[in-house]
Amino acid sequence: MCLAIPALIKFIEDKEADAEIGGISRRISLWLTPEAKVGDYVLVHTGYAISTLDQEEAEETLNFLREIAGMDEEEG
Amino acid sequence: MKFITEFRRSELAEGIISQIHRKSKTPARFMEFCGGHTVTIFRYGIRQVLPKTIDMVSGPGCPVCVTANADLDKAIALAQIPDVIITTFGDMLKVPGSHFSLQEVKADGADVRMVYSTMDALNLAERNPAKSVVFLGIGFETTAPTIAASILQAEEEGIRNYYVLSMHKLCPPVIRAILDSGEVKLHGLICPGHVSAIIGSHPWEFIARDYGIPCVVAGFEPTDVLQCVDMLVAQIENGESNVEIAYRRGVRPEGNQQALKCMEQVFEPCPAQWRGMGEVPDSGLKLRKEYQHFDAELAFDIDPGPTHEPRGCICGDILRGVKTPLDCTLFGKACTPEYPIGPCMVSSEGTCSAYYLYGEGFEG
Repeated sequence: MCLAIPALIKFIEDKEADAEIGGISRRISLWLTPEAKVGDYVLVHTGYAISTLDQEEAEETLNFLREIAGMDEEEG
Repeated sequence: MKFITEFRRSELAEGIISQIHRKSKTPARFMEFCGGHTVTIFRYGIRQVLPKTIDMVSGPGCPVCVTANADLDKAIALAQIPDVIITTFGDMLKVPGSHFSLQEVKADGADVRMVYSTMDALNLAERNPAKSVVFLGIGFETTAPTIAASILQAEEEGIRNYYVLSMHKLCPPVIRAILDSGEVKLHGLICPGHVSAIIGSHPWEFIARDYGIPCVVAGFEPTDVLQCVDMLVAQIENGESNVEIAYRRGVRPEGNQQALKCMEQVFEPCPAQWRGMGEVPDSGLKLRKEYQHFDAELAFDIDPGPTHEPRGCICGDILRGVKTPLDCTLFGKACTPEYPIGPCMVSSEGTCSAYYLYGEGFEG
């Protein structure tokens, strides 16, 4: 039930935003993530953004996993 | 999809699986607290690819499953009051209460509606001023701030026919209760990723410090869970017990301060009844005095009558990690996803549902 999926913020209007989730646009609430900006990815849980996703951290994790797997960064 | 498919690549998974096999020497039992992790582990066959040294056990992290029958009966009694519209997340509809499920009272004429978000429930309240719209507040720290936000929004917009039946549960207190019971010996905890997106990683520190159990916060893609297992194994082999985050793209050590502020403004901790665990101190949330006019329990006269548990159902033992669905005589026979008897078979994140859908134990 704590399912949350990444969504890309396209347009912000007050405390709400239009966000793209897997190609589909949905109205979400930014009540809990007032810092979110257009172009940010957020985790959406029951219509609310609950966390702004950190792209640098994601890349670092993937690089770490690629290193363990013995893959070149370019491959990923 | 960005942030999803990259974390499902089999080459990355293979690398980390080999590393876990190389590192793991000491037998260890890890609990995944969260039902979302249970689903990832079963869907991607993670138990099967781990070395024999690692034993995985599912925990109580399914809000629908841990909702006590007494609370469910209150929700069903509310649904039977005239001019009340019950709004709820879908998983709750089929859970059998002492006498009926919400789905059954709906078939009998009660106005019960499945919603995706509290935003939908608020809209419904605005469109139906002559009715009372009650939202069933089920969920952990991930969900509670969204319910708090809906109450703050209702207050701001003057919506007076919106109510919440607060049955929220808090995760760290119940982990403490499980560890204090001594029923299950754990050597590592896979901490819930989206609960931690809200509360951060600090609230898990007492587990590492007081119980000597390594804790790692994990995301929900297969490489997230594998990375978490690898980090737990590393701590065990190094004789350490720390709190770490394997889901750094979504979780910060301090959590989401705005969400915590909303939650604390609207709710305060209270004792809560958990299915299978009884009352756990400070593990629930009730509305603060300033917001009590939104409390469905105070606004309506609810009399659910005496509570009964389904005969033969061992969901309580499964939620504590003491038994598995394979120990249940009803599992897969009298109790199936189509005709569930216990909540762990109803919820898509329930342990029984995961065992049933992904065939755990059936292959002999």
